[in-house]
Amino acid sequence: MKLPKTIQETKDGLKKKQFSAVELVDSYLERIKKYNPELNAFITVSEEKAYEDAKRIGSSSLDRPLSGVVVAYKDLFLTKGIRTTAASSVLSDYRPSYSATVVKRLEEAGAICIGKTNCDAWAHGASGENSDFGVTKNPWNREYVPGGSSSGSAVSVAAALSLIATGTDTGGSIRQPASFCNVVGFKPTYGAVSRYGVVAMSSSLDSIGHFTRTVSDARTVFNITKGGDGLDATLSQAREHGKKNHFTIGIPKEYFADGLDSQVEEKILEAIEVYKKKGIKFKQVSLPMTKYAISIYYIIQPAEVSSNLGRYDAVRYGSGRSAFGQEAVRRIMLGTYVLSSGYYDAYYLKALKVRSKIITELDQTFKGVDALIAPVSPTGPFKLGEKVSDPLSMYLSDVYTVTGNIAGIPGISIPAGFTQQGLPIGFQLMGPRFSEETLFNLGEIYQSETDFHLMEPKI
Amino acid sequence: MVKLSTTDVSHIAKLANLKLTKAQTEKYKEQLSAVLTYFDELNEVDTKNTEPTSQTTGLTNVTREDVLNPNQTLSVEEALSGTDKIKNNYFSVPAILNKE
Repeated sequence: MKLPKTIQETKDGLKKKQFSAVELVDSYLERIKKYNPELNAFITVSEEKAYEDAKRIGSSSLDRPLSGVVVAYKDLFLTKGIRTTAASSVLSDYRPSYSATVVKRLEEAGAICIGKTNCDAWAHGASGENSDFGVTKNPWNREYVPGGSSSGSAVSVAAALSLIATGTDTGGSIRQPASFCNVVGFKPTYGAVSRYGVVAMSSSLDSIGHFTRTVSDARTVFNITKGGDGLDATLSQAREHGKKNHFTIGIPKEYFADGLDSQVEEKILEAIEVYKKKGIKFKQVSLPMTKYAISIYYIIQPAEVSSNLGRYDAVRYGSGRSAFGQEAVRRIMLGTYVLSSGYYDAYYLKALKVRSKIITELDQTFKGVDALIAPVSPTGPFKLGEKVSDPLSMYLSDVYTVTGNIAGIPGISIPAGFTQQGLPIGFQLMGPRFSEETLFNLGEIYQSETDFHLMEPKI
Repeated sequence: MVKLSTTDVSHIAKLANLKLTKAQTEKYKEQLSAVLTYFDELNEVDTKNTEPTSQTTGLTNVTREDVLNPNQTLSVEEALSGTDKIKNNYFSVPAILNKE
């Protein structure tokens, strides 16, 4: 059976009876059984639940927005009754007694839950290598990392082990693996999608997004997951940004300076040419403050991590603190230090002040442009093991994505071609808070002119 | 240039309720010092007249009615389902007070 590539193809196939929901589940499970032992994209495959969901989709319930759409959840999303580990030994036996808001909403929209995906433990990492359940491999070349932290979710969509997958993005954890795996990765505005029932990493930075093959599907999923649930006090309604037909995109000159791989730069310049042909205007902009984004991210994020991971003491669930892996320990230690008496002002408070400066600079910039175009990562996918012993160099690979989290603005990573080695490269669009419509519109324009997103790895 | 001492690292570990081996203490001493040194670049930024930003929503004091939502409550069994350290339908926790 030929698997559908989009939500629309899934729904059409079901309506025209080209396949049933149960047959869809059969096909995805078959692929998971065949490819997952090597790719290691899944921690838990929820076969029983998938068939249960599929059987509920009778002929009467084909009109829901995601009827028959097979979804995989990053293993940070609580799924009632299905083991949820955060890819950490601390939670290796944890079975949640409730589901995350996003899980509930996708389920109510007709989606089928196929399983829980691997990631860097507690979402700490940019390569997928920090998982206590083994590394995930890039389906385009198994010697390379798939990116992280939402490694398994990106691989799941890229290797057609599910149609869509959820992720969390605290410093680039959706956009970067999407770019490494040739799928669309979408990070919404902070406060647009509920974090309720998602294992917390860094509470002022965490955003809940997803992976799809097309930008149009990213839009459809966002329209289901967004909005208040009365359970996450940071949520607010999107303000309407009136419909636009003429766009101006800013090119931040600091993002195309030293440290950017020439192949990555080339792909982004090609994307700019695609847009120019469609009449979209470009303008050089300067964001001098963003050079400090990495420093303040690696102060604020570990500080919030040390606080959020403080609750894991094996009393109500999970194992004791000795079960934390080395990256979690490193971040708890760093965070505890920058918050500790005598250092709080020098590190944490200073970081919050520079955060204000970055936000002010972006606000000013967005008065003159509708969006920004940028690299996702300074290089294409790197080799497994290449950066594991050097945490600072691993941290620096977040340089182009963390600004989006610091400012709470939305971003999307879109497939833009391949390196000479045949590895995927994406480009990133970012916009002001609640400018998702603009990003989706721009993303759709690009995908209507290109077909990189339709290319699949030979696995 | 930041150079943490072994005592610094042991103190942080104690605050964080983590037990480190000697080898781990040495490793984190080097790695954390390197990361903290990187942060020195922030001294270049003048923040004398800048207010800190702790969150980006612009929202303040979000409240709700203090009423019970029956859809948001767990049964005793559900609430205790994540642990086997249970006594008389309560979580059994490590003692934090001395007898005297």
